[in-house]
Amino acid sequence: MSLEQFQDRNVAEQNYYHVDIADYPTTGWGKFKRTVQRAFRGELFVGLWVVLREMIKFDIHTVQYPKEKFSIGPRYRAVHQMQRLFESGTERCIGCGLCEKICISNCIRMETKLDENSRKLVTDYTINLGRCIFCGYCAEVCPELAIVHGPRYENVSEQRAHFTEYNDMLTPIDNAISGKQKEFDGYGAITPHEDERVQVTPLAY
Amino acid sequence: MDIAFLIETVVKIVVILLVFSALAGFGTYFERKVLAFMQRRLGPMHVGPYGLLQIAADGIKLFTKEDIVPQNVVAPIFKIAPVITAATAFMAAAAIPFMPSFSLFGYEVHPIVADINIGILYILGVMGAGLYGPLLGGLASANKWALISTARAAAIFISYEVVTGLALLAPLMMVGSLSLIDFNNYQAGGFGSWLVWSQPVAFVLFVIAGFAETGRTPFHLIANDHEIIDGFGTEYSGMRWGLFFIGEYANMFFISFVIAILFLGGYGDGSGLGALALLAKVSFIFFFFLWTRAAWPDVRPDQLMWLCWKVLMPIAVLNVVVTGIVMMF
Repeated sequence: MSLEQFQDRNVAEQNYYHVDIADYPTTGWGKFKRTVQRAFRGELFVGLWVVLREMIKFDIHTVQYPKEKFSIGPRYRAVHQMQRLFESGTERCIGCGLCEKICISNCIRMETKLDENSRKLVTDYTINLGRCIFCGYCAEVCPELAIVHGPRYENVSEQRAHFTEYNDMLTPIDNAISGKQKEFDGYGAITPHEDERVQVTPLAY
Repeated sequence: MDIAFLIETVVKIVVILLVFSALAGFGTYFERKVLAFMQRRLGPMHVGPYGLLQIAADGIKLFTKEDIVPQNVVAPIFKIAPVITAATAFMAAAAIPFMPSFSLFGYEVHPIVADINIGILYILGVMGAGLYGPLLGGLASANKWALISTARAAAIFISYEVVTGLALLAPLMMVGSLSLIDFNNYQAGGFGSWLVWSQPVAFVLFVIAGFAETGRTPFHLIANDHEIIDGFGTEYSGMRWGLFFIGEYANMFFISFVIAILFLGGYGDGSGLGALALLAKVSFIFFFFLWTRAAWPDVRPDQLMWLCWKVLMPIAVLNVVVTGIVMMF
């Protein structure tokens, strides 16, 4: 498409054409002719062939859900997870409170205190999934990649509180130590080839 | 009337009732499977291997559901209507020869309940009487959807019955008998002597009328789900609705048999191969009923009446006249 065509905003006159539909017949003879034409055009058999072809091809698209599951994309935003550091297994969350601040539906609540090493310790962290709209801002804003979205989309439970327990969201420590914990590829994650784009900060002027 | 004949008839009736009640259940399974495959789905898969026990699950559900007779319905008529549909569907089977006669332990068995000499007339009449099911059920239901469905049933009925009768008239003139066995014997000469070759127009007309008779998809107007809920069946629940269902599917099987025997040679010369051929033909016609449901859209009631009165009936009359002229010379 050339620029002139592109800049022509008068969409009513360009790229539109009338579908070739004959006028409705008004005379009796015309109606009769149309009926005969339609009756012998064999369109009904085209329809029969199309469905029979699909039956013979047997290209079934059904996912038998409890037995089979869709592989969801890595960027899918399901129920949150709290990550741990690899090897040491320490919790990544530093208690900065950014996720609580940015959450647009006010569903994250955290309480922190200073522990004996003067590090911030998260004493209480809950996400009200009844309010959460799964926008992904918390995962995006987290500076430590601590809160991420997991792949767990089956949100059926006997109680709403079942997903909001901090310990349930937290990756099991042996998973983190053995390296089985998966990094979240979606919102807020480090983009691929990030190392090559890092530039040295000029310190001396 | 000797006692052996009586026992034989009762056994035949029981066998036909059992076989076709079961087949009606299997018919729903086949319908769901075929429609699913044509729409790239799998259909019922969870109950039993490949969903085969779905029929049993449906049956248990239908039998154990509460039998609701709503307020304001005319209860006696409301209760008897499904029975009419199911009973007439099975009564029509009385004059259909399902297989060639065979001998069992030295006893000659004719797999037809009653070889009456007005067979096809009887079948059409009883199938026509089956329309009292939707008619009375819809009128007694105290439901607007059911009432619309009843009005449609009446309007459609008088349209397609004309076509059915007139379409059959021409083959009747050629065969000279109303018995289905005579029809079969007329075409016993093999593939070339089938009536569909000498009466193709009557065949097409009768198939179209058969679709209207059984209320299958191009003419699925009486209980059209997306327009009038379930039509006459809206207020029914449990096994009463199930009787409508069994009647509908039994009707499909019987009309398939009638088409196969009238036009497609029936069981031919009466050998075992001929019996298998009849089953194959019936299966294909039944499959065709399901096939069209996946492929074709429904017509409106006024379109069906237009089709029957203004197109099919003149063609049927012309067919009769032309057949008469050809037979005369």
